[in-house]
Amino acid sequence: MNRLPNFLAAIALVLAAFLCAAPSARAQTLDETLARFATDRFPDTARAVEEIARSGHPMALEIVEALTDGRLAWRPSDRRLYVIGADGATRAAETGKAEPDSEAAGLRRVRVNNPVRQTIAAALGVLRLNSADPGQRRVAAEAIMQSRDATQAPALEAALGRERDARVATAITLALAALRVVDPAQPESVRLAAIDALAERGSRDALVLLRSIPADAPAAIRARAERAAAGVERHLAILGGIQNLFFGLSLGSVLLLAAIGLAITFGVMGIINMAHGEMVMLGAYTTFVVQEVLRAHAPSLFDWSLLFALPLAFLVSGSVGIAIERTIIRYLYGRPLETLLATWGVSLALQQAVRTIFGSSNREVGNPAFMTGSFDLFGIALTWSRLWIVVFTIAVFAFLLFVIRYTDFGLRMRAVVQNRAMAGSVGIRTNWIDAFTFGLGSGIAGIAGVALSQIDNVSPNLGQGYIIDSFMVVVFGGVGSLWGTLVAALSLGVANKLLEPVAGAVLGKIAILVFIILFIQKRPRGLFAQKGRTAES
Amino acid sequence: MIVQRLAGRLGLSERIFVAVVVALCVLVPLANLVFPPGSPFHVSNASVVLYGKWMTYALLALSLDLVWGYCGILSLGHGAFFALGGYAMGMYLMRSIGTRGVYGNAILPDFMVFLNWKELPYAWYFFDWFGYAMLMVMFVPGLLAFVLGWFAFRSRVTGVYLSIITQAVTFALQLSFFRNDMGFGGNNGLTDFKDLLGFPVQAQSTRAVLFALSALALLGGFAIAKAIVSSKLGLVLIAIRDAETRTRFLGYRVERFKLFVFVVSAVMAGIAGALYVPQVGIINPSEFSPANSIEAVIWVAVGGRGTLTGAALGAVLVNASKTWLTAALPTLWLFVLGALFILVTLFLPKGIVGTLGAWFADRRGKP
Repeated sequence: MNRLPNFLAAIALVLAAFLCAAPSARAQTLDETLARFATDRFPDTARAVEEIARSGHPMALEIVEALTDGRLAWRPSDRRLYVIGADGATRAAETGKAEPDSEAAGLRRVRVNNPVRQTIAAALGVLRLNSADPGQRRVAAEAIMQSRDATQAPALEAALGRERDARVATAITLALAALRVVDPAQPESVRLAAIDALAERGSRDALVLLRSIPADAPAAIRARAERAAAGVERHLAILGGIQNLFFGLSLGSVLLLAAIGLAITFGVMGIINMAHGEMVMLGAYTTFVVQEVLRAHAPSLFDWSLLFALPLAFLVSGSVGIAIERTIIRYLYGRPLETLLATWGVSLALQQAVRTIFGSSNREVGNPAFMTGSFDLFGIALTWSRLWIVVFTIAVFAFLLFVIRYTDFGLRMRAVVQNRAMAGSVGIRTNWIDAFTFGLGSGIAGIAGVALSQIDNVSPNLGQGYIIDSFMVVVFGGVGSLWGTLVAALSLGVANKLLEPVAGAVLGKIAILVFIILFIQKRPRGLFAQKGRTAES
Repeated sequence: MIVQRLAGRLGLSERIFVAVVVALCVLVPLANLVFPPGSPFHVSNASVVLYGKWMTYALLALSLDLVWGYCGILSLGHGAFFALGGYAMGMYLMRSIGTRGVYGNAILPDFMVFLNWKELPYAWYFFDWFGYAMLMVMFVPGLLAFVLGWFAFRSRVTGVYLSIITQAVTFALQLSFFRNDMGFGGNNGLTDFKDLLGFPVQAQSTRAVLFALSALALLGGFAIAKAIVSSKLGLVLIAIRDAETRTRFLGYRVERFKLFVFVVSAVMAGIAGALYVPQVGIINPSEFSPANSIEAVIWVAVGGRGTLTGAALGAVLVNASKTWLTAALPTLWLFVLGALFILVTLFLPKGIVGTLGAWFADRRGKP
């Protein structure tokens, strides 16, 4: 019952907050109120807080906040009140105008004790709920929901009555429901309605509230809360599943992006290209260079930097790939183990070259505006960059399928892969097809680098992190099968994310590696093994 | 008698190799311990450790040559066997620190006390006993090779697929050893060793003896490898390397031969790792890094695969130039290593010893 005075005080406070006193009278009381702070006696301070909260003064919120942090001060000589900013600057409390630093001398801080702090907390809630900024009002409502301070209920009710912003109104309704649901003084119907409101919200804090109904509450309330909590839990579990699925798809698309070029060079041509990761790295550094140039010469185009970087990265990585094929790999066809060693050498040299030119530390690659931030989908926070990478991966995959199936080059490429001698006899220049196929695979890796520069550190070691994963994906999916690579990348990504909450990130990754190692023993040709003549080697 | 028979089969380059290693085994410790610093014959303390490291690398390269050069199995995971042997030795050294650790716990190594563990994990039992630790040095890499080979060779995973699998294995091991929960010191690995069989590991005499032991182990590894490859078994291995399917059709159980040589090679690599750890004084998960294993492959390729002596020579040559270059021109080293990979595969497929051997054979052929 000791809540009653508090409760009444709060009601009085709220009512007063909207009763606009006549300006002259107000000015007069304001001076008195501020002077009360300067007596440095706790009951006076508490009263002053209550009064200023209901005054509607533009400085009210700032004064009370300053008091909370011990930044409210007064001068003993003339009893004038000052707010000391967090940066140490002194301002007059009444006007909010900056005062010269010389005024700061001899100021005394207004002290608070626990009863005053309680008054302050109530006043702050009211002041913030009355703020002109809807964001502030929402934060205030959520803060009250977190604090579960029952004395704030009247303030919430009053605020709800005049709230125009739908989102803020929802937040206030929830906060009210949170207070009412555990309040034995409320009639049963109100508490049941509160439970329904919380159940509809379906968030984790709602679940906590529903679970915290005391055991002495009426049976009907407990039963309803129990049902509602079970519903919320189910809802949360489904959301968690969807979220994991999305994270898994996002990881899977990163894997696919990194592996898809390798699916061409290793899968189709049978070249063990250990420098594949460095092609990705070159793409990422191309993005860096493009952004640097744009920053220096055309900052307005910065949001388009990735669009410029894509073709350039394809060209850079593709031509480096063609150069490697023409100078090294073509002498090593039919000797896969030697190819492995030689391309490893290429990868070391490329890493060191990039390290020499750009330095060994991470380079900063910025996110364009459309890649930054996150959005909310049914209560799941998703980042734009991850979503765009999923979309981008699908586009790259479709592009590659199109090139291989429907273009003249793709036709020749398939002809060379299926029967080199026959393709040569009908006039296809097989060695140039080899070079351009390798270039295509490398160029795709470069494009992947543009996307990965958005979510990973751009350093000379960037490629090293992807090379083993990429080989795993291609081998798991079945060498020579693009669709196999797709299925393998996505399923490995999802499996990894589903394992993560159970086993932890590192152990999950180890489990996946061990699984693939065992899987290859069972099906050495991968998920989608090629059948027929091309499978024999 | 076996020694005589073996010696009779040694070619010129192999005799030179044995002579050089025996000479090093005796002369380096002598030069270090007998001649005072400043004398022209003195070998500095740091050099003894460095040369000892190279000897263990040479043994690792030799073991790799045994499977790659003679059986066509390109393992990109031999660094894992090396590191496992090293960890087994490191665990013995940790246990023998006893109460001299920072926390003075007689049973638990420092990092476990730091992690607030109360009991020794089962994997660490008996490691205070040197004999058991040495058994584990050979048993653990051997077991891993056995399990891996058992599955892989039976399902006929060959060529690059096997290489990729072995690489994945060493990568998975690296990730696991990075975890503190594994109980092997996590990121920091095992270090701060005090003594080995009662001899302080930092002492000059211990280091000289460790060098001699490494040289002896290299000789022993060479003798075993030579005995294997020059036996009938060795001929089957070479047949498997050159035409696996045909060998199988002739009635040989290819997977058993491969499994045997793979396990022997892994044990050898484990011993090399065990000798490596007390000399460098630390073992941590970066030893499992796939890059290390591939680097070992290039040692073999440079020296000449399928020659045994070449592998050892390659290991020493590449590491000597690494030591020299990383000090003189640090940015150049990776370029040189990269170029070495490319040029050796393109222009020197037989490696130094193989090419020289072929050249001598040519000259002898022509009167």
